[in-house]
Amino acid sequence: MSDHKTMTLTLIVWRQKNANDPGKFETYTAKNITEHHSFLEMLDCVNEDLIYAGKDPIVFDHDCREGICGMCSQVINGAPHGGQDRTTVCQLHMRKFKDGDTIYIEPWRARAFPIIRDLIVDRSALDKIIQAGGYTSCHTGGVADGNAILIPKPVADEAMDAAECVGCGACVAGCPNGAAMLFTGAKVSQLALLPQGKAEAAERVKSMTNAMIECGFGNCTNHYECMAACPKGINVKFIARMNREFLKAQFA
Amino acid sequence: MQFTSSSIGRKILMAITGQAMVLFAVVHLLGNSSIFGWLNGGINAYAEHLHSLPLPIIIGFRLALLAMVSVHIWFGIQLTIENRGGRPQQYAVKSTQKATFASENMIWTGSLLGLFLAYHLAHFTFQVISPDTAALKHLVPLHNEMVPNVLGMVVGGFKNFFVSLIYTGAMVALFLHLSHGIQSFFQTMGWSTDKSQPILVKLGTLVALGFFLGYVAIPLTIFAGILKG
Ligand code: HEM
Ligand code: SF4
Ligand code: FES
Repeated sequence: MSDHKTMTLTLIVWRQKNANDPGKFETYTAKNITEHHSFLEMLDCVNEDLIYAGKDPIVFDHDCREGICGMCSQVINGAPHGGQDRTTVCQLHMRKFKDGDTIYIEPWRARAFPIIRDLIVDRSALDKIIQAGGYTSCHTGGVADGNAILIPKPVADEAMDAAECVGCGACVAGCPNGAAMLFTGAKVSQLALLPQGKAEAAERVKSMTNAMIECGFGNCTNHYECMAACPKGINVKFIARMNREFLKAQFA
Repeated sequence: MQFTSSSIGRKILMAITGQAMVLFAVVHLLGNSSIFGWLNGGINAYAEHLHSLPLPIIIGFRLALLAMVSVHIWFGIQLTIENRGGRPQQYAVKSTQKATFASENMIWTGSLLGLFLAYHLAHFTFQVISPDTAALKHLVPLHNEMVPNVLGMVVGGFKNFFVSLIYTGAMVALFLHLSHGIQSFFQTMGWSTDKSQPILVKLGTLVALGFFLGYVAIPLTIFAGILKG
């Protein structure tokens, strides 16, 4: 057995009872944390202590804890998901921190994402963007033969790169304007690239970008903070592609 | 939703009007550089060429530029206000990865350029800032005719330390504005890819630097006494 050196950390965590509560930072001490803990397990430990002390645990979103569902959502020391390249909070490990560190933990902050409680925000605005056109409305019929529609490999790859988006909203949290362009760009591109999605491409890009505004997201100013925040490495080339699709749609 | 109220549509209008002004800045710089003597008769001859163009072309050109500036300022202010509201509460810790001083301060460098534009027009177009060197009032001979002494006006202006300082400061603002703006144009128009985008960021900054050096060369060489009237 390796010896388990433990660390003690100071956490400064955003606590807010509901959307109307002004909210404030509270300071906690995380004790007996090893480098093997994940960030969320570290919070589990802190919450256990809080519960034993009769206090409200820190409320945060999580589900798969293996980096694929997009539920976890925390801004750590100013960086969505903690700032480690292509890593969700649940995949961030305490070996990245050292004994005595002070860590700020905040929720996604954007007008379109009202805070529900503590670190949980309401991300249904992203669903509204999808509902506005993030689908194809073709009749699917029976199961089609594989390769009945031929798609060149580079095109399939490009669509797959866009489809990696897990809808976590870190791009919005990272954007100083609270814009949802990387998310929407990924969804618009994924469908516009493929033959099944091309038929409705013009209508789709218009209604999905309209939904962005109606949901209260800001506009893009090409800071590229979204790309730095994205745990799935979605490239801003998909924003450029969406801009191109939008221009094309004006003449469709 | 109308193009002019959509998110990307307004952004595209910013990009096109901004880039049109960049093209103007290229032509303007080339024209101004006639002060260094590559044109027979120098900047006085260049100014005379411009003013002997047919009146409708001159007026049309000025109106088009005015329209560009107006649209750019209008949507610039509107989008900035909207975007400031996009994140009503800031993070306790600021940790930007990709945003730059230039990208975060477009509205301020733009506003400085707008103020400079007004000053610059008053100085050299309407010639009300220092009437004693106003070119329209001081005619000099050129190829057997009498033409306004633009060279005298420019040299007279830039010998003044504060005038040179204002122009140099404005060109710093131009450098910052364009170091973000030029690459932003290609991204907004949808013309950049994952390969070209990082290169465009560098090229855009380089071109912006070229504008800065080219434009400040005139006040600097005059103030240093290298270029004389
Ligand atoms: C006259 C006052 C001006 C104001 C108030 C202003 C303001 C702005 C603002 C707010 C932006 C958007 C920033 C962003 O999206 O990140 C912008 C972008 C831009 N501006 Fe200006 N600006 C002015 C003058 C100029 C001038 C004189 C030029 C060119 C010589 C210029 C070229 C550009 C370019 C190329 C862009 C990038 C467009 C894009 O985002 O795609 N601007 N300006
Ligand atoms: S683009 Fe990236 S950061 Fe934005 S929602 Fe998708 S996975 Fe999350
Ligand atoms: S909890 Fe599923 S991605 Fe983090």
